Amino acid sequence: MTRVGIIGIGHGQFGRRSDATVQELAFEAYREALQDGLVDPKDIDGSVIGSVPEYHKQRSLPGVVQEYLNLNPRPTWLTEVACASGSAAIRTGWMAIRSGAHRLMAVIGCQKMTELTTPEILALMGRVGEVQWESIFGTTFPAYYALFAKSHMHEYGTTREQLLQVAVKNHYYGSKNPNALFQKEITLEKALASEPVSDPFQVYDCCANADGAACVILASEDVAKKSSKPVVWLDGMGCATSSMSVLRRPDLLGLPSAVKASQDAYEMAGVRAEDIKVAEVHDCFTIAEIMAYEDLGFCRKGKGGQFIEDKQSYIGGLIPVNVDGGLKSKGHPIGATGVSMTVEIVKQLREEAGERQVANAGIGLTHNVGGIGQYCFVQVLKRD
Amino acid sequence: MFKWFGKVNFVPYTKVSDFAGYLKDGHLMGSRCKVCGSESFPPRADCSQCLSGNFEYTEYSGRAKLVSYTQIHAAPTGFEDVAPYTIGVVDLEENGRLLAWFGDTISDTEIRIGMELQVVPRIFEELQEIRVYYSLEKPGTTWSVAESGP
Repeated sequence: MTRVGIIGIGHGQFGRRSDATVQELAFEAYREALQDGLVDPKDIDGSVIGSVPEYHKQRSLPGVVQEYLNLNPRPTWLTEVACASGSAAIRTGWMAIRSGAHRLMAVIGCQKMTELTTPEILALMGRVGEVQWESIFGTTFPAYYALFAKSHMHEYGTTREQLLQVAVKNHYYGSKNPNALFQKEITLEKALASEPVSDPFQVYDCCANADGAACVILASEDVAKKSSKPVVWLDGMGCATSSMSVLRRPDLLGLPSAVKASQDAYEMAGVRAEDIKVAEVHDCFTIAEIMAYEDLGFCRKGKGGQFIEDKQSYIGGLIPVNVDGGLKSKGHPIGATGVSMTVEIVKQLREEAGERQVANAGIGLTHNVGGIGQYCFVQVLKRD
Repeated sequence: MFKWFGKVNFVPYTKVSDFAGYLKDGHLMGSRCKVCGSESFPPRADCSQCLSGNFEYTEYSGRAKLVSYTQIHAAPTGFEDVAPYTIGVVDLEENGRLLAWFGDTISDTEIRIGMELQVVPRIFEELQEIRVYYSLEKPGTTWSVAESGP
């Protein structure tokens, strides 16, 4: 079966994009990806759109994006698995090329969230919990991760400060990313003084809703080898699920889907956790990044708090994580996030990441979680 | 009658609809598969183990232990009027888990992971239509004593 390579990347500005429709956001990322890879749009033989439809007034999003990208009559379809929709789009593009049905595909993650109010978004996201038995008590997305945080703090002694050190790091790197929503460093003191959201979380524990888009051009091995750019290969593709309901999880200390997806991705790529030189993980809340260190095997279970405290996820540490600012600082346009992660790892592996470049980054990883771990996609990417 | 369940109900129709009727009468019910005996809370009509759709209700004691909790300040649409409120996830003594509000018998400062709790069926008395739910209370609290509201 063919290897699948990434030959073009594009990333739009994340933030409150009241200046653009969702298809206009998609176009920005698509145009940049074509230009980056010197790809002729006539050669694109299909697209996959990663997005969560509930946030848009437009029904059936792929249709309007495909038309605006001038890709008719070539095929398109949507992938939806909450906040992991972008990585699901990349996975289906990868599958389509591996199967031989396609050779060159545009994968676009795009999302316009700010057409809704914050309480409306809280209500929508809270319903990524189980609506029959949980949402009736007014659960929210921060509340679910807060349950994990409380449990992790109780079991392993993870501290409030350790949680917020994740936010401090991600804002530090976000200040170096021109596409980030927040390009400003924060202090631990400022974070500790922010408004409560869902105990123990305060505002700075939480990523922000945002609008944005990102695009990767995927190619079969023979097409990719003719590319003018260094090719980054999707060599490990893991994908797993956990129960929808938090009530049917073994514990509230980690995400079983992330453990399984990463094991599968490592095995497929023939690597181990310690081989990863740079990682993008799903830090929708501070505890999510700490659990990711553990679920991905970057440190032992329960040691995630210590991992950030020791700055092991900074550049110069054991495994630099989210050196583009993560969801926390970039903002989280939910359908675009997974593709944004892959774009950053491609930049790192091509050594195009500028002042946030990780040295000798030959192998990278993305970890994109949908909901509270109902879905998890892990990619291991390699440069030749 | 499942439309009775919850301050805001999102799924009025289900095969375990009678759950809400039992709760209104003060009984917390899980399900038991009539074929293989597999039990579940929350109740489910279709057995995850043997695939049978033949189930019966079985009463749970409501005795429980706290797994985790959080106080929600930023509330979603439909819950702004009761914020801030505290939710807890508990392990039920028999098996299974549930998520609920803490009731009036426990103050926020008393809440500790691992504490023993009693799940108590309740009715929203300030609402005109029938609305039932359950809350987490001190061990020994009975359903008829519980007041309404989170």
